Amino acid sequence: MTALQHVKFGTYYVVAVPEADDFDFWRERARGLVQCDVPPDRVAWVEPGGSGNLFSHGDRGLPVPPADAPPVRASKAFVQLARSAICHSDPERFALLYRLLWRLQANPRLLEDGADPDVRRLDELARTVRRDIHKMRAFVRFRLVEDGDEEVGEHYVAWFEPEHHILRANAGFFVRRFANMKWSILTPQGSLHWDGAVLEEGPPARRSDAPSGDPTEDLWRKYYASIFNPARLKIGAMLKEMPRKYWKNMPEAALIPELVAGAQSRESQMVAAGTLEFDEKPDTLEAIDKAIHACRKCPIGSLDNHAVMGEGPQDAALMIVGEQPGDQEDLAGRPFVGPAGQLLDRHLENAGIDRRAVYVTNAVKHFKFVPRGKRRLHQSPTAKEIDTCRWWVESERAIVQPKLVLALGASAARGMLGRTVSISKARGAPIPLEDGSELWVTAHPSYLLRLDGAAREEQSRLFNADLAAVKKRLAELAG
Amino acid sequence: MGAQTTIEKLAILADAAKYDASCASSGTAKRHSTGGKGIGSTEGLGICHAYAPDGRCISLLKILLTNHCVFDCHYCVNRKSSNVRRARFTPQEVVDLTLSFYRRNYIEGLFLSSGIIKSSNHTMEQLVEVARSLREEHDFRGYIHLKTIPEADPELVHQAGLYADRVSINVELPTDAGLTRLAPDKNARQIEGAMGKLKSDIVEAKDNKRRFKHAPRFAPAGQSTQMIVGADAASDADIVGKASRLYDSFRLRRVYYSAFSPIPDASAVLPLKRPPLIREHRLYQSDWLMRFYGYQPQEVMQATEADGNLPLDIDPKLAWALKFRERFPVDVNRAGRDELLRVPGLGVRAVNRILASRRHRTMRLDDVAKLTVSIAKVRPFIVTADWRPVLLTDRADLRALLAPKQEQLELFAA
Repeated sequence: MTALQHVKFGTYYVVAVPEADDFDFWRERARGLVQCDVPPDRVAWVEPGGSGNLFSHGDRGLPVPPADAPPVRASKAFVQLARSAICHSDPERFALLYRLLWRLQANPRLLEDGADPDVRRLDELARTVRRDIHKMRAFVRFRLVEDGDEEVGEHYVAWFEPEHHILRANAGFFVRRFANMKWSILTPQGSLHWDGAVLEEGPPARRSDAPSGDPTEDLWRKYYASIFNPARLKIGAMLKEMPRKYWKNMPEAALIPELVAGAQSRESQMVAAGTLEFDEKPDTLEAIDKAIHACRKCPIGSLDNHAVMGEGPQDAALMIVGEQPGDQEDLAGRPFVGPAGQLLDRHLENAGIDRRAVYVTNAVKHFKFVPRGKRRLHQSPTAKEIDTCRWWVESERAIVQPKLVLALGASAARGMLGRTVSISKARGAPIPLEDGSELWVTAHPSYLLRLDGAAREEQSRLFNADLAAVKKRLAELAG
Repeated sequence: MGAQTTIEKLAILADAAKYDASCASSGTAKRHSTGGKGIGSTEGLGICHAYAPDGRCISLLKILLTNHCVFDCHYCVNRKSSNVRRARFTPQEVVDLTLSFYRRNYIEGLFLSSGIIKSSNHTMEQLVEVARSLREEHDFRGYIHLKTIPEADPELVHQAGLYADRVSINVELPTDAGLTRLAPDKNARQIEGAMGKLKSDIVEAKDNKRRFKHAPRFAPAGQSTQMIVGADAASDADIVGKASRLYDSFRLRRVYYSAFSPIPDASAVLPLKRPPLIREHRLYQSDWLMRFYGYQPQEVMQATEADGNLPLDIDPKLAWALKFRERFPVDVNRAGRDELLRVPGLGVRAVNRILASRRHRTMRLDDVAKLTVSIAKVRPFIVTADWRPVLLTDRADLRALLAPKQEQLELFAA
């Protein structure tokens, strides 16, 4: 422990605080300084190991308060907050507390003013410390050490890295809780040892001083993994209360990444387990229609929606594939009846393609959305969801056997190919499919709907050109 | 099937217990182990010793004694007709697990529940035996929450309360019709009868304690219950109504809501849908409005939409404020506590600080901003020395302006 060093530097005082969390020392010095009328900007507070040691060569002591100095006043609330705040690691805390004590002499009710910057800072420091104290109570993990000595019995040892100087402040809690247990808590700031009767403080420790494991941790990890409900992943809520900085000393935290990764697939399995599994592709459009209504192979099927089946002649030469049903399609139970469908119809008419002769369907069979009040906002399906749904659209294609498939947009193209292609690069030329038919890709009409002005004109022109090329190619294939 | 190891049983019986939402360990009598021969303390504030990736706190060792069950409740993963793996702990195993977890500071205590084996009385006896052994043989002074079985002998239920900090009976479904349909072996009248008996035991013990220093404590952390949301057709208005009736009639500490989860091997009667987590959240918010903000149940119901459900995109307090715009704006420098508590975006803490601060200064918008989380949310509903919302409060699109931006898609979608 360093000697207490108080330096008078002109009219500038330096107070070296011997222990980072020593409230009583601060209180005694602060009281004297207030009584000697030393304003806050004339005092520097230096904590152990602080850079302020530069000033601490001379040692001429602080002024002695006059015998008739008035008593220093501080409200109970201030003392309580200050006791917490002093444990904070902020080097400015002693100065802040002194400044507040100084101001309290003129305005005893200063703490009520929550909008005052000093009061707010005090509140913040105290709150942070209280939280750190609480988190230490929560996240300390003892490990059992068998000393091999019959008399000593079981000894429980924990390694913890608090952010603030809270070890001493927390000692009472652990004594009261584990009164009849022999335990030690080791931290980089110091250590505590309780033998069932006496509490001793020890020097700072290193991680390697603590035991590296305990067989009971296997049970605890199993419990942690089992009590977690994969259907309700809320990672943000977990991180808010258990930030990553604590993870390294918690045996269960190592499981978190795999639990999160496994969660979605576990839930889909649970949902899927409740429905029929098809081993063979249905061989009629009616059977597909029936099956997609029961499909829960991906989470979209579990939303409040209905499957929308493709429609059109079973022997159509042209099959047009969109992304997924929208709000109106979901309600009507038919593909391409909403705004994008109406736009498509107009362009098809211009290109001289009769929609009634076309088989129109979607890459994904259910409407994916997020509820926004009474509205349902469209959400793009993920690649995995599209790939899951390929099973159905491939079944449809196997039955209709079109000569040419036109995919509208990137999702539809992925539904046909199983890989993502760029529309701007792939459009305008056929892509051969395994069964000898051809895939053409173009933009989705809803893309045109989102544009306006020159961009829309340009994209409409490209869209029309694609439709014209398809029309021409169909004629060639027919001929 | 070979003999199961402790770790296998723990996996099965913890998994089976996770649909119980409660994990509270707060609000019980203060105790510590100094001067005793065991371990354990409770200091008022509960402690969450870990958080799972589902965002829920892990405070207690929450397990079932067994997941064998003679009941056949459709929403329950442990029902008789379910195909899950079964396991059974002896009371001694539960005692040992609790103590070895507690010594390592993993938990605050035990939350023990059970499937019904043999008979309700037999099951209840086993639960009580665990608590008795912990308290009497091991002088355990940590937290114990026992689930009691409404069909069991009242004398056994009474014993549970003598050892436990908290006792609970789940009402399970918000409507009697739902209970009859989904939990054919349970009886709403019996459940409420048992809750009534617990309430009078708790009140009586409190009264005795006041008069006689050594009167035994009875469930000092009170009783709670749980309702499943989304398994039947009950609307939020039904649920809020039921909850407030339960709070009033049985002086419950808490009503927990549990969004129905797709369970493995689900009954065909149930929707196979992802749980409405956001709906559960809105119900908890409405619960807070009633418990801490002075809203009457009817007022919360006023915040529901035409279908009787709370809006999902905005919180119920904001929904209420948007419906009763004539009550706003509120003058931060003059309004009473009740009025300030109604302002969306002002919590209890912020209101307390405003009330203290305004004795020292006339509050300006900047001052309020320092005391709240989001001034943007508060602004349309308050008047300060330098701010008046003028037209903002009347704007038709206020809701759209204030509704949170889309985020956390996993809450709604997929």
